[in-house]
Amino acid sequence: MSDVIRAEGLRKRFGDTQALDGVDLTVRRGTVLGVLGPNGAGKTTAVRVLATLLKPDAGRAEVCGYDVVRDSVRVRAKIGLTGQYASVDEELTGTENLVMIARLLDFSRREARARAKELLARFSLTDAGGRAVKTYSGGMRRRLDLAASLINRPEVIYLDEPTTGLDPRARGEVWDTVREVVADGASVLLTTQYLEEADALADRIAVFDHGHVIAEGTSAELKARAGRQTLAVRAADLYRVEQLTTIVADLTGARPEVQAATGLVTAPIGDPAVLSAVVRRLDEAGLVAAELALRMPSLDEVFLTLTGHHAEPAATETVTEGSLV
Amino acid sequence: MSTMTADTASAVRTGAEPPRRVSPRRTLSHGLTLAWRNIAQLKHSPEKLLDVTLMPIVFLLLFLYVFGGAVAGDTHSYLQKLLPGLVAQMAMFATMGLGTALAEDIQKGVFDRFRSLPIARSAPLIGTVLGDTVRFLMVVTVLVGFGTALGFRFHTDPLSVLGAFALAYVFYLAVSWVSVLVGLLAPGPETVQGLAFLWVMPLTFGSSVLVPDTSTMPGWLQAWTKVNPVTHLADAVRALTTGGPVGNHVWYTLAWAAGIVLVTFPIAIRMYNRRA
Repeated sequence: MSDVIRAEGLRKRFGDTQALDGVDLTVRRGTVLGVLGPNGAGKTTAVRVLATLLKPDAGRAEVCGYDVVRDSVRVRAKIGLTGQYASVDEELTGTENLVMIARLLDFSRREARARAKELLARFSLTDAGGRAVKTYSGGMRRRLDLAASLINRPEVIYLDEPTTGLDPRARGEVWDTVREVVADGASVLLTTQYLEEADALADRIAVFDHGHVIAEGTSAELKARAGRQTLAVRAADLYRVEQLTTIVADLTGARPEVQAATGLVTAPIGDPAVLSAVVRRLDEAGLVAAELALRMPSLDEVFLTLTGHHAEPAATETVTEGSLV
Repeated sequence: MSTMTADTASAVRTGAEPPRRVSPRRTLSHGLTLAWRNIAQLKHSPEKLLDVTLMPIVFLLLFLYVFGGAVAGDTHSYLQKLLPGLVAQMAMFATMGLGTALAEDIQKGVFDRFRSLPIARSAPLIGTVLGDTVRFLMVVTVLVGFGTALGFRFHTDPLSVLGAFALAYVFYLAVSWVSVLVGLLAPGPETVQGLAFLWVMPLTFGSSVLVPDTSTMPGWLQAWTKVNPVTHLADAVRALTTGGPVGNHVWYTLAWAAGIVLVTFPIAIRMYNRRA
């Protein structure tokens, strides 16, 4: 069986909100599915259904071949859950948290202590193991959360917005851990609001909007769906920008944009073959390119194309909140 | 047969199919692990026991010296009546912290972690109730210790005394499930305390806890105190520790305890499962 998660037509309603409106998802064994979408798109609800915390109103889902509603205890033996909602106990130490969960997973006392020690070491928390979790930094807490969800070596790991609210360094640490877990053979379902995160970690991406999966594919496929690529060229000699702009305009048939500060010339292209033509013309003109690339559209552009709105309205929300204070 | 013996850890090790249901034995073992969690928390923040340490002292002093002369003529003989009653009342008060703790666990997402583990859904609730035994022991120890210093004496055999506290503990466990329900019903941890007072106050004050002779109360209140399980518990503890006829109070108390658990336990589990 190559799919560890298979969900069909999941629906869930809370009052007036249709949180899931017919969601289909599959996750292949050993891969990372990134579930990308803005707040309220239904990502967390989908994770809670697949983690047996919520019963769907309609539709069905199997995790490792077990039905999430009828065989929920077996599903729970196969999964690990980390995220904004499933948390560790702040009042206990890191070691106590891990030992407690290991004991709940039927490890003997000795096995539980050994597993806790092993995981603390792996997540660079050995020194903090004896301290209460409430004294941990945000990054340390997330790492402990992640360690807690790995105790029984789950086949499927749900990471619900694992880096929301973390600084870039802590985020990088969590990313490294996710890559390690996948290298060990686990399959991951990761929800995120960050396009960059889905791009960095996910093999395939499902884009959620208003309880629907509006697009699904690899990062490259999604970018291809958003349409045209961009040619970007920068001359080694800044004073030859004008000559370069003329060449680019000539070959692409578009009016190039020029960044005054860096001398970067960009233009949308329809046919990737233009790239080799550009190389020939630059060569003939004796122009040395310091930078020459075909750029895929960013995931934000993809999101805009697919949904008609930007993926991250969070930036403007923060401003409004800030101005209230 | 394998589902009888297989546990999650061994299923992970051997790659066997995990068990489909959680056996009662494993549920109890998980409940005890989660009870240990409560006790570990107290080790890190012993100040959580402050209420159950000070409350018995304050209540004992207040009631003894405010009512003592009026109700029993002198404080010494009132103490012999009051202390067993306070065991019943304080046991009820001690369950109130449980609802708050539960509401906090839900709010902070700790319970979602438990719900994602292959354990019985009742295990975290059972663990919380059992872990709170520490609070009951604290209340009883402080009451008996401080009461003895003030002049309280047991007048029965040790077995009867032990029976009295065992009965109070059984009733305490039963009432804990009402607190669990309040914790699950409350919109947040802040509101639990207020809701708890609503049912703890009429039950504990509208009883024979403070005034053993209820014949001076108006008829409607007498009717209430007669059915009130706290009256039966207080009278049973009083008889078992200081002498006098035990009557049917023990059986009434046990029947009430069983009734409370039979009603609240299934509702609590259902609510806990539904809580999203």
